Amino acid sequence: MAVEGAVASRSGLRSALPLLAPAYLWLTVAIFLPLSAMVFFSFMTDLPLAGKPWAFTLGNYAAFFSQSLYLTLLLASLRLGLEVTLWCVVIGYPAAYVLAKVLKGRSREAIFLLVILPFWSNGLVRIFSWAMVLREGGILDTAANAVLPFKINIDLMYSYPAVIIGLVHSYVPYMVLTCYLTLQAIDDSLIEAGRSLGASRLQVLRRVIIPLSLPGLVAGAALIFVPVVGSFMEPRILGGRTGTFYGTVIEDQFVAVFNWPLGAALSFILLAVVLVILAIASPVLKRAA
Amino acid sequence: MVTTRILEWLGRLYVGLLLAFLYLPIIIMALMSFNVSPFYQLPFEWTTEWYASLWRNEQLIAATWNSIEIAVITTIISTVLGSAASLALFRYEFRGKKFLQALLFPPIAIPWLITGTAMLIFFFGVGIGRGLFAILLGHVALALPYVIVVVSARLQTFAPELEEAARSLGANQWQVTNRVTLPWIMPGVIAGGLFAFAVSFDQFVVSYFLATPGQTTLPVEIYAAIRKGFTPEINAVSTIIIVVSMALMLLTARFFKFGGEK
Repeated sequence: MAVEGAVASRSGLRSALPLLAPAYLWLTVAIFLPLSAMVFFSFMTDLPLAGKPWAFTLGNYAAFFSQSLYLTLLLASLRLGLEVTLWCVVIGYPAAYVLAKVLKGRSREAIFLLVILPFWSNGLVRIFSWAMVLREGGILDTAANAVLPFKINIDLMYSYPAVIIGLVHSYVPYMVLTCYLTLQAIDDSLIEAGRSLGASRLQVLRRVIIPLSLPGLVAGAALIFVPVVGSFMEPRILGGRTGTFYGTVIEDQFVAVFNWPLGAALSFILLAVVLVILAIASPVLKRAA
Repeated sequence: MVTTRILEWLGRLYVGLLLAFLYLPIIIMALMSFNVSPFYQLPFEWTTEWYASLWRNEQLIAATWNSIEIAVITTIISTVLGSAASLALFRYEFRGKKFLQALLFPPIAIPWLITGTAMLIFFFGVGIGRGLFAILLGHVALALPYVIVVVSARLQTFAPELEEAARSLGANQWQVTNRVTLPWIMPGVIAGGLFAFAVSFDQFVVSYFLATPGQTTLPVEIYAAIRKGFTPEINAVSTIIIVVSMALMLLTARFFKFGGEK
């Protein structure tokens, strides 16, 4: 058996290759080569197409560091990512707790499915749906004026809060999902033991529940923070003119200004930031696994 | 314990509020697609006019067909290639296996803005250019990791002894795969396929960078329309999309447990 195992291991790659090669070739052509090409292009003065002259340059990166605009926008995007992540924790964690520890059986299953269902539906359409709620004369405005005795104007459309609301709506199911998975794994007897030893509810929460569910919180935070920092469609639709962020500037380089090398450099800087963040989060995530 | 019961009810109420937050905008959008006023004015008056004009909008119809076609082809290719790769990763031991498994996460974790712009640059550079073929190339690559992860999760529950038993009873490799392994992992394969369809059908960012004016998908077309100004027609098509994609995920949930409950 042991000998057979060793032989299988040596011939493993040869047997595995025909099954593996198509998928990984595809990933190489459509993901890994493009990412490498992006790095390459970010050091060019122009696209090497149609015989246009080009040369290697550090100018695209110099542009990022010399013009405070890009750095400011990157910081604005990081702040947006942080705020949205915090709101998702505040809103999503309690919901995950109720799902994992209060609800039981079929109602838990049904509600869990309801929470994560919108998250798998079209993100663009869900962002668009907020336009109808937030604009002046929209549902929020009409409802508030119907209830309140005085006249108020609620026009959140094209503002920073609108962008936050839309993004939190898009990403909060992630936080519920990851926190629910870790909260569900906590043995109820640990909580009971803490309580019977005289700890208050708050102490149990702080000393037992939160530390044990930390990996879920961190996983959720990473899964939310990274795409939010790179978001551009949500700020464009809900933020209007106030919705200029790092992602929208990258979009502009590719679809409006057509400065692809600069866009590639900006994208690569974003990728580097994202990788650093994932690296920081990974020890906690590994501990969970 | 009275406090406990009060807290539990507060918790239930809270989850109810969260569900309202998640669904109200979608419900309002759906209602407005049946409202007479094109500026979403109340009071509400019922009409199906916007669905009728949607039906006459050839640009949107063409984009819809593109989206469906690309999603179907993406589903087929990524399910076949992904299931094959999962089988190989499950069955064989070899050096670099951990590395290959780790390679699945960059496509999921890297923001689509970066992947999309990188694809645009590369496809342009090598002469593939933009258009439906480029979009298909991208969608399959985005869907593959999901398929492999989902099918691999299902394979974890498979007992390799069953393959050995079939082999010792004289089945060849093809028969073992076809008659023993595949039937067992079929729920995972179906779930993976549905995921792939959803990833492709709902994909906006990558399609957006790879689309050209004539060769575009529905989400890209919707984005363009939203930026030009809202129309109830867009509400109508958005309502259809959201209903389709939610129905799809409900179907997926039947084949694949999200909750991790045993």
